[in-house]
Amino acid sequence: MPALHAFANPARFLKIARPLTPVLFWAGAALALFGAYSGLVLTPPDYLQKETVRILYIHVPSAWLGMGAWSGIAISSLMYLVWRHPLSNLAARAIAPAGAVFAALCLITGSIWGRPTWGTWWEWDGRLTSMLLLFFVYIAYIALARADADRGGDGRVPALFGVAGSVLLPIIRYSVVWWNTLHQGQSIGLTSSTIDRSMIWPLFFTLGGFTLFFGGIVLMRMRAMLAAQKVEARMRRMAQ
Amino acid sequence: MAMKAKHQRLVLAALALVAVLGAAGLALSALKDQAAFFYAPGDLVGKPVPADKHVRLGGMVQKGSIQREADGVSIRFVVEDGVSTVPVTFRGVTPDLFKEDSGVVAEGRFAPDGSFIADNLLAKHDERYMPPQLSGNQHITQSLE
Repeated sequence: MPALHAFANPARFLKIARPLTPVLFWAGAALALFGAYSGLVLTPPDYLQKETVRILYIHVPSAWLGMGAWSGIAISSLMYLVWRHPLSNLAARAIAPAGAVFAALCLITGSIWGRPTWGTWWEWDGRLTSMLLLFFVYIAYIALARADADRGGDGRVPALFGVAGSVLLPIIRYSVVWWNTLHQGQSIGLTSSTIDRSMIWPLFFTLGGFTLFFGGIVLMRMRAMLAAQKVEARMRRMAQ
Repeated sequence: MAMKAKHQRLVLAALALVAVLGAAGLALSALKDQAAFFYAPGDLVGKPVPADKHVRLGGMVQKGSIQREADGVSIRFVVEDGVSTVPVTFRGVTPDLFKEDSGVVAEGRFAPDGSFIADNLLAKHDERYMPPQLSGNQHITQSLE
């Protein structure tokens, strides 16, 4: 795959990443802010949940990125295991903390919404429990990747963990279908949605905004990690 | 004929991915009964839960079934799921979203007579969101999802 390998070159990656980072970051922040403002002010309250419904404009993008980020880790890890290119290893490690933050945001906003809506902060139902597990798996991955790097490992063990962890993604996705849960079923499908049109549109802004913002953060972290590697290599050369 | 190491790893990785997805499928189907958050009335037909075992019962609050007792804090209602029904008694404050024709999850125990004594009620929200004017001021939940 020549096309993919072209981007795997760190110098070429930096050439693209450097100008792309601020674009993603600021466009994402602007879209997310506009979406949040629209969701807070411009949309009507829900017939049943009243104003509480507005948490969804943060909760849904957080859930999407909490799971999407792990898909990114799994794909990067798989690519690293097969092609052994260090940049894919770097990408997986750069994604992890951002994904963990979004998974946590999803759990926190869900809990705040659950108290007035369901009458409880937390219940051990299938959806809530599997999402909490994903958060713990992020923490485990971060710890494992650090321990591996500290001991001079080649990143194969965290990569295997990254692939294996994706077992949770279909479980989270289908938990509300397979098991009866307190969490409601899926509202938004590929072609239809059970959220009224007058309420759903800011969600697309926050979804897009959070995603671009996330991309900007990941590029930033990858560049910082590449720079740190360069510093370390130079220090080693100077010490000799 | 020896495969190139890269291709060998690709095959292994593809197998690993299939194994991971298979594991997810197995976990989902194996936990199908155990991981349910609540029993629906229809789940209990023919296989009742022993009395005094703490369980959750979920379903729709039957229309017209909510009766408030004279003491002001006790209520009776019927939970249905289209298959069967269970009468429930509860003493305490009900959640805001607890209404007739709406989803509910009751925590508590079965009495020997087959009725359910709840010590906590959770309102269940469905997947539909709409502004008040569209709902026609009607509260309707059509599914247990």
